[in-house]
Amino acid sequence: MELTLWTYEGPPHVGAMRIAASMKGVHYVLHAPQGDTYADLLFTMIERRGERPPVTYTTFQARDLGGDTAELVKSHISEAVDRFKPDALLVGESCTAELIQDQPGSLAHGMGLNLPIVSLELPAYSKKENWGASETFYQLVRTLLKDTLKEDNEHDPTAWKTEERHPRVNLLGPSLLGFRCRDDVLEIQKLLNEHNIDVNASAPLGASPADLLNLPKADINVCLYPEIAESTCTWLERNLGMPFSKKIPIGVNATQEFLEEIHDLLGMAPPNQNLLVQKSRLTWYSKSVDSNYLTGKRVFIFGDGTHSIAAAKIAKEELGFKVVGIGTYSREMARAVRATAKEFGLEALISNDYLEVEAAITNAAPELVLGTQMERHSAKRLGIPCAVISTPMHVQDVPARYSPQMGWEGANVIFDDWVHPLMMGLEEHLIGMFRHDFEFVDGHQSHLGHQGAKQHQFDEPEENCFENLPKTDSSEIIPIWTPEGKAELAKIPFFVRGKVRRNTEKYALQTGCKSIDSETLFDAKAHFGA
Amino acid sequence: MGGSTLLKESGPREVFCGLTSIVWLHRRMPDAFFLVVGSRTCAHLIQSAAGVMIFAEPRFGTAILEEKDLAGLADAHEELDRVVKDLLRRRPEIRTLFLVGSCPSEVIKLDLGRVAERLNELLRGKVQVLNYSGSGIETTFTQGEDGALKALVPLMPITKSDQLLLVGTLANAVEDRLISLFNRLGIERVVSLPPRQSTELPAVGPGTKVLLAQPYLTDTARALKDKGAQILQAPFPLGIEGSRLWMEAAAKAFNINATLVSSTLDPLILRAHKAIEPFRTQLEGKRIFLLPESQIEIPLARFLHRECGMELIEVGVPYLNREMMQPELDLLPKGTRIMEGQHVENQLDRVREKQPDLVVCGMGLANPLEAEGISTKWSIELVFSPIHGIDQASDLAELFSRPLHRKALLNQNQLANA
Repeated sequence: MELTLWTYEGPPHVGAMRIAASMKGVHYVLHAPQGDTYADLLFTMIERRGERPPVTYTTFQARDLGGDTAELVKSHISEAVDRFKPDALLVGESCTAELIQDQPGSLAHGMGLNLPIVSLELPAYSKKENWGASETFYQLVRTLLKDTLKEDNEHDPTAWKTEERHPRVNLLGPSLLGFRCRDDVLEIQKLLNEHNIDVNASAPLGASPADLLNLPKADINVCLYPEIAESTCTWLERNLGMPFSKKIPIGVNATQEFLEEIHDLLGMAPPNQNLLVQKSRLTWYSKSVDSNYLTGKRVFIFGDGTHSIAAAKIAKEELGFKVVGIGTYSREMARAVRATAKEFGLEALISNDYLEVEAAITNAAPELVLGTQMERHSAKRLGIPCAVISTPMHVQDVPARYSPQMGWEGANVIFDDWVHPLMMGLEEHLIGMFRHDFEFVDGHQSHLGHQGAKQHQFDEPEENCFENLPKTDSSEIIPIWTPEGKAELAKIPFFVRGKVRRNTEKYALQTGCKSIDSETLFDAKAHFGA
Repeated sequence: MGGSTLLKESGPREVFCGLTSIVWLHRRMPDAFFLVVGSRTCAHLIQSAAGVMIFAEPRFGTAILEEKDLAGLADAHEELDRVVKDLLRRRPEIRTLFLVGSCPSEVIKLDLGRVAERLNELLRGKVQVLNYSGSGIETTFTQGEDGALKALVPLMPITKSDQLLLVGTLANAVEDRLISLFNRLGIERVVSLPPRQSTELPAVGPGTKVLLAQPYLTDTARALKDKGAQILQAPFPLGIEGSRLWMEAAAKAFNINATLVSSTLDPLILRAHKAIEPFRTQLEGKRIFLLPESQIEIPLARFLHRECGMELIEVGVPYLNREMMQPELDLLPKGTRIMEGQHVENQLDRVREKQPDLVVCGMGLANPLEAEGISTKWSIELVFSPIHGIDQASDLAELFSRPLHRKALLNQNQLANA
């Protein structure tokens, strides 16, 4: 048993729902009790969808368990097929139904229905949402394409040359409840079109089973979200010989590498380097003098694998930040995130416990947190600016405006989304500096709200700079801060104050200081170089 | 009167399970913790329904069953002991721990009663451990509260003195107001279940008269009756009329002089009628369809029809307790369609066919109906909002008039899409 107060991912059948709801003409019959229908609100509320997810729940009750739940499954299947007339049917079970072992998939196969049926086995007690989405997408593609497989899987990704047409690619992985997928697809389509590459199909988002049947008509596959599409891409490569791209086009550098990889896979001449960089404003904005204050900003990153890895690279290479922590809740992506962390000289945090993540943030004393909606809440509590870069997300992370993460425009969006909270962070600092000036109007509130502002009021340094800091081991004798030392500490910007306090105390302990005054603080600062 | 048409249907349902009531129960008793013994689905459900991110550490959690728990490789009792110890170490302020059964724990027949018993021995009174089921195979939405309250009944001390016991979670401000009104009527001793601290349970006994503040507390009412309490029959305190009849039922049971009752309540009723009038004007003649979810659909329908002049197309309820609902059913117009149970597809077909002005439904259905041009009201909002009592009647009416007002406003100001 695992004690969970909050979970980053839902159960695997919610992943299956994401695939069904993303597509057209697919219906999902889910053997599940009535409470499981809550999952509809993820789509209608968070994604603000104007249609119900295409899911029929069998909603069996305790009194059905003594009788024939298998009949119940069959009647719901035939009713769903009659009513919704899907082109493909997914059949599966949620955690409770898994225990009663009705095997709804086999039941569906035995009903003589004239449509493709995918029987989903998603172990609810060991797997989670993204795995469920990935498995569902893979099973659906496999079911639809397995009969079309030929003995030889000869596939020529450069066939477009002889056929005298534009090269064609599939965009695989975008789904509902993914992060900004709706706009990423448009941006990548636009990006590829600029290089005379056509999009054959985009799936699962917006695709029908017929579109999946057409996947082999593309020259290569573009794996946009490995969490969802890597297993499908691997299967298509192994069975149809279609190669797939591995670079994720989030950030200016990554978009460039992505284009190079695509060109290479398609046998095209490499894209003109000089033309590429100018396509995004991020590069110039980051170089502009105004961005000087971004240098070395301490940033903590947590999210799904794809977005965390991309964020770390952008933070370091394109914005000149210092990555002080990186992690993911995704076990499937743990290896990749660990490898990235190693490049940054860090140890990755692989955890599904948001309190552990919050503790890691507190310890790393970052000036900016890039995370999921949960890290936004943690950061708010800690008074640290934050931008959301990954699911799980809140309704406010599904903006009305066009705001992709991928491609050139995605890089622009990222610059704004990450830097604006920091501007506000700087503003907080200025408010602190000027709050004693007579012109200052009291009651000014920044986005951090009451709590954030309270923690770094400068007129109450004694209490406040000791708030929200990790407790030091009580066996250690902590040097005493003199009033003068405290006053000096209070002058340090709030977002690094915790770090400075701990370093100074560490230094004082090492050097045998019993009390800390401003000199000790400056000595420590010189010693640690921060 | 009282000639409602009682219908039943079955099929796919779209309702929450009993776990959802933890969302308001944990707020009512801040010293209690609700530990669901279930799956990741349970954890995901509660956090999705509650939007829990605002809490640093919420007062509810899930002990998620894993493969090894099911395969019998781990002893479920030992595992729960470990999880509970871990939890109590982290949260020493917890005084009452509810172990909440779920669909998976019911199906694998995990005996949470026995677990609670053993934990109580282990913890020796430091923390009271209780259990109930919020599983979706046995309970819907608000029934979870019934289970939790019923679990508290055996712990209630015995009293012989006369008192009024209000049962069902009310917003604190509303509860204070109702108690002060009962005091004005001369009912001195008014207590509540659930209490505001789990350790401050009210007493119960032969002198106790019970008013149910919520219509979904069947099992709790029965348990209180077994303790000698008298359950007062009345409509529920929604709207002016319902609240008045509800309070009058108590007054009558305590032999309060009718003149005192009317001199106390009449001015409030007069004021409430004035307050409700602008909303009544907007709602009058409008047609409403209530989908089953919270179990307060019938009292709401009674209020919306009799005090706001709305036409009732269909009133859905997850289940119908005839005895408890009789005072409400008596007030409904002849021929009101009461639909017990659900076939969500067929019911939505009827919604589309009837084109009501307003539909009361769950969060999963609201936006899809809005997208079809049908205004909606979330039923979950009605279990969170302070809507009980005479003074809240206009607020309750406002909740229903707002979507209509908004639709009119947008239609007036936006260029027609067509």
